[in-house]
Amino acid sequence: MCTLSRQRKGSIHELVQMILRERFCHQRLPEKPVGMESQHKHLLELLRRTAVHGESNSVLIVGPRGSGKTMLLNCVLRELLEVKDVNKNVLPVHLNGLLQTDDRIALKEITRQLNLENVVGDKVFGSFAENLAFLLEALKKGDRSSSRPVLFILDEFDLFAHHKNQTLLYNLLDVSQSAQAPVAVIGLTCRLDVLELLEKRVKSRFSHRQIHLLSSLSFIQYLDNVRSQLSLPQDFPDTKFYDEWNDSIKTLCEDQLVVDVLQSHYNSSKDFRSLHLLLMLALSRVSASKPAIKPTDLLEASRVCMVDSKANILHGLSILELCLIIAMKHLNDIYEGEPFNFQMVHNEFKKFLQRKSHSIHNFDKPVVIKAFEHLQQLELIKSMDSSTAKIQKEYQLMKLLLDHSQIMEALQKYPQCPTDVKQWAMSAFG
Amino acid sequence: MVRYFTRLRVRRIYKWGGRPYIFDRKLKSYGFEYLNMSVEGQEAVTTVTPGQYILIEGNDDEYPFVAKLLKLFGDESHKQKKALVQWFLRLSEVPQNKKLLLGRSPHPQEIFYYLGRACDDEINAESILGTVHVQHVPEDTPFPEPGTKDTLYVKLSWDTKAFNVLDPVLMQDTSASTPPKPAPPLFTPCASPTATPVSRGPVHHALPTPDPTVMRRAGSVSDTRATMSAGKRSTLEAESIHSASKLSASKILSAKRRGSAADTPGVRKKLQLSIGASPGKKMTRADVLCELLDEEMESEKVVSLKLSSSVSHSLQHGCSLSPMRSGCKTPNGQRRFPWKLTSISLDRLSPTALGEQDFSSDLLLAVIPLALEDEVFEAGLPTDAGSANTPKKRQATPRRNYVRGQKPTTPSRRKESAMAIREPALGVLAEEDSEDSPMQPIALTPRSKRKSAQLVSLRIRKQLNLLDNTQELISDGDDDCFVPSKKELQSSSNEEKTDSEEETVAKKTRGRNCKTSVRTPHKTPSKKVTPSTPRCATPCIPSRTVPARQPGNILEEARARLHVSSVPESLPCREQEFQDIYNFVESKVMDGTGGCMYISGVPGTGKTATIHEVIRCLQHASDMDEIPTFRFIEINGMKMTDPHQAYVQILQKLTDQKVTADHAAALLEKRFSNPAPKKETTVLLVDELDLLWTRKQNVMYNLFDWPTRRHARLVVLTIANTMDLPERIMINRVASRLGLTRMSFQPYSFKQLQQIITSRLNKVKAFEEDALQLVSRKVAALSGDARRCLDICRRATEICEHSASHPSSAGLVKMSHVMEALDEMFSSSYITAIRCASLQEQLFLRAVIAEFRRLGLEEATFQQVFVQHRTLSRVEGLQPISVSEGLAVCQRLGACRLLLLEASRLDMLQRVRLNVSQDDVLYALKPVRD
Repeated sequence: MCTLSRQRKGSIHELVQMILRERFCHQRLPEKPVGMESQHKHLLELLRRTAVHGESNSVLIVGPRGSGKTMLLNCVLRELLEVKDVNKNVLPVHLNGLLQTDDRIALKEITRQLNLENVVGDKVFGSFAENLAFLLEALKKGDRSSSRPVLFILDEFDLFAHHKNQTLLYNLLDVSQSAQAPVAVIGLTCRLDVLELLEKRVKSRFSHRQIHLLSSLSFIQYLDNVRSQLSLPQDFPDTKFYDEWNDSIKTLCEDQLVVDVLQSHYNSSKDFRSLHLLLMLALSRVSASKPAIKPTDLLEASRVCMVDSKANILHGLSILELCLIIAMKHLNDIYEGEPFNFQMVHNEFKKFLQRKSHSIHNFDKPVVIKAFEHLQQLELIKSMDSSTAKIQKEYQLMKLLLDHSQIMEALQKYPQCPTDVKQWAMSAFG
Repeated sequence: MVRYFTRLRVRRIYKWGGRPYIFDRKLKSYGFEYLNMSVEGQEAVTTVTPGQYILIEGNDDEYPFVAKLLKLFGDESHKQKKALVQWFLRLSEVPQNKKLLLGRSPHPQEIFYYLGRACDDEINAESILGTVHVQHVPEDTPFPEPGTKDTLYVKLSWDTKAFNVLDPVLMQDTSASTPPKPAPPLFTPCASPTATPVSRGPVHHALPTPDPTVMRRAGSVSDTRATMSAGKRSTLEAESIHSASKLSASKILSAKRRGSAADTPGVRKKLQLSIGASPGKKMTRADVLCELLDEEMESEKVVSLKLSSSVSHSLQHGCSLSPMRSGCKTPNGQRRFPWKLTSISLDRLSPTALGEQDFSSDLLLAVIPLALEDEVFEAGLPTDAGSANTPKKRQATPRRNYVRGQKPTTPSRRKESAMAIREPALGVLAEEDSEDSPMQPIALTPRSKRKSAQLVSLRIRKQLNLLDNTQELISDGDDDCFVPSKKELQSSSNEEKTDSEEETVAKKTRGRNCKTSVRTPHKTPSKKVTPSTPRCATPCIPSRTVPARQPGNILEEARARLHVSSVPESLPCREQEFQDIYNFVESKVMDGTGGCMYISGVPGTGKTATIHEVIRCLQHASDMDEIPTFRFIEINGMKMTDPHQAYVQILQKLTDQKVTADHAAALLEKRFSNPAPKKETTVLLVDELDLLWTRKQNVMYNLFDWPTRRHARLVVLTIANTMDLPERIMINRVASRLGLTRMSFQPYSFKQLQQIITSRLNKVKAFEEDALQLVSRKVAALSGDARRCLDICRRATEICEHSASHPSSAGLVKMSHVMEALDEMFSSSYITAIRCASLQEQLFLRAVIAEFRRLGLEEATFQQVFVQHRTLSRVEGLQPISVSEGLAVCQRLGACRLLLLEASRLDMLQRVRLNVSQDDVLYALKPVRD
């Protein structure tokens, strides 16, 4: 593939795209997790002890979304499995709280992943109770020195805590605290208060090891990271292109515009997942004719990332719908955010038509109702009471799900917006 | 496995037989020669005499106790009936942990001569169920082949400690009466000629309870035998031939087969008699009889299709052609010639024929498909010599009842069951329709159809995974053979129907079967329909290729010792509690009484560990013969999916049976409420009691009620966390039964914690004294949870190891390491989380606080907060973010649970609350603002 790509210049860009996409889309683990060395060491040591010494452990990896919990764990597992002694000796069991929504499913999944179902026979499982007894029996039979350590990886750990009686957690943690088959229970969660979810008995059996992944990256480190993320690896086949690309990235990261964009991103969130999203958008603009990422690409990408989704919807509204929104805004101003109904909005709209309108004709009420309903479908307004069936449509209480700033911004950008409508919208600010 | 069924509802009547031969003046007791047992409403009488092996009613329906009757005696009034016995043990009665001492897999029919003295050898004679055949097998000879599985074998003796080779002298008097051949004798040697004795072999299957039908049959047999003269038989013959011509094709086929297979007058006579007894109106019954023959053939084929047993069965089939005469010539009933097929078919007919006059409905009962590989019928060959064969017939019938799993008590019920049989036997009804048309034999033989039916049934069976474990098929031979043959019957009548239809029909019948055999849940078809975790499955985690590394240095050693799972040499700091529990359990075990104890304490205070220690000590004591043996069972409320599973687990641990919760409850109820002479005390530990709470609290009620029963010998130790659990969650009648024996485990004090760690470390010098004190003081102040304490120490060793430049050079665990570990485990992560949050997130938190202050409430909508956020960012000189982004920031904080949010579908209207105190937020944000 590499030799082929060297033939034509166009395919080099494909190769670049491929390498960087893999990186940004989390398809390939990084060489080493950035900014979490101590956590990495802690976890690796812990799991190694389970694998090598057969010591049972339990640990929670806590960190906000996108902070690299799964990445850290996968890196550690990869490293662990590279160790020769360990390679054939551990049985990883991956569970996810979003998939295994109750203990019954989780038990079946564990049995499946431990390849115990050949004992059960034909993948036909007995009842829940039998299953639990079966698994506990299996774990009980093992002992520290002779049976293979099992690594239970519980993604979205907090969801397991919602299972009935926390049976699964109790049993796993109980095994980890008793002389049975060696297990390591690794929970991943983004909830800081996860321990409070555990029942006291379950909590007591948990070892209270928590690995917090709270990135304290400074902006300089953040910039460095962006650079390294965009740079090509050293084993890139075309050395000339490699140098060119990496130089361009270096200059890119020193550009003031880019720094500003990244700064605002950094201010918003420090996690790498949103950064990857931004870089991905910029990367997609690279082509054979445009061999490097330009500052404007990044700016554009940032604009796409940061765009207000509701403002976009407002741009697509008809004048009538926009007028209704403005009427609602006025009502909100007058009644201080109290809910309104269609009749009120319609009156406000009619008042406007009588007083100032030159460009807008009178609409029939059904047409206005239709526009109103459309707004409701777009979820720009939301019905306040749940029992919609009883009240007539016109008198259902509604609330506007838009901020004033969003409305004004949309009006500014609205193509060919009549001036009197604009003025009407502005007038309330007086 | 062969199962026995005891019927509670049957009232047995026991009467002394013979004259009292001894009179003990001192004890004022009489010795008796034999005991007659009969069932209420039945005329038949079973006799037991000293020297016989008997079955004694026990906890377990299927496995009654086995003993040898030594002496029968009673008091003057003849009301009290006692018996002196020599016990035999089944392996299931041997304590679980001792079973391994056997050193080989036990024979399913193996029993052990009991040499212990813990069991009372004087029993109430009225708990005798019947007799059984026991055979002594010398140590070095193998067990007889499975062919003779109706006999129990004794090879070893058991003295509560070990299995020993059984001294043949002990068995001698019996071995004299028991022929060494595998086949059981037909007569009990010492039985009186008048009282028709129950021969031993089949009794093993059929006589755990003298079934009413058994007794009745016995009576009826003797009745009919009297009326059955040879002359009458010959007159009936002509008639029966006539009626036979009316039979439908399949019946004729069977008749033909009968003729060809065993061309003996004896056979024909028997059958003809049965038909001729009531030619006209009892035609249907005769049909059923003949159908039975067909079915037998079919089922035999089915059986022969089975891989496992195919050889033997085809053999039997072949043997059926051997002449019958020679068999008849054998003087007594001891025949061991393998004329399986004929003998069975005949045997099946003969009792019904005989019983027909009086108990016509019995007939249908007897028409039940049966397991063919059974050796019972071998011995029970019917012959012309009428007197010789009567007992055999009786053997046959109860056996059938057993197979059917249906034991009617009253005639009405019997009729019901008869209907139940007749219904599935659709083939019979279908054939009855064409009964009027005169038919030529053979011509309409639906053999081909039957073949297809076999195929279909085979397929069904495959679908039902019945062929999965042939092993089970063999061992469960009776019912497993039975089900397919029954299905066979069905499918033969429904050939045209599609598979699915057939299956539904099969299910229906099974449902009916289930209904009729309420008392035999082992055969409930549901088990067969949904294959569950096999009983024999031995799950285990695969073993590792490289053995686990042993701890290398002092810190690793310390870590291994500090792990909660490592069992300490002794349990320090719980001496008082240990002593109390020990005394409690010991006294109960010594007295053979029962009792409850409630133990409470916060998690990690050593409740379960102390009890385990107590049990360990008691077990040691019982090994040393200081106290009687007892059994320890442990259940955990958290380790079951449903409170009612407690019954299942207890029963499984007691008897190794796997049954449903309801049935388990019933069995346990019976076990604990009935007197059983040979009962050990059971110590039951119920951990996490509060999880056994149900709305009606019946599980708890039972657990606490059983110990109060007179014969229960049950000690229940319960554990829960809260001290006032009985008052809080239990209704009065449950709390009252729990009693007032309570114990509370206080959280450990710092000294105790320190002692625990020191004792665990056991001279491994890894910690500084101060460091240990710090840990224990800290934990004692917080929770007193020993687990936590050990975990912190373990973590401290890790930190110590990491901080050292080289793992081997790491010194003692110092204060600083412990401090670090404590910080890691106890410090709240909220403040760090806020400090590490992005600028916008911090700003949003500030906006939340600002809005709260403005509103004077602890709650605000996102919209309100966002206005604040916008102004704040203007103040900070930041570009205001869009609403979408603001929402994203808010959601991120919500995911960490720094904020508590409403559902996000409310968009801007969702309400926001802080999950941390405002002071914490401000404290965390302070350095940022500076």
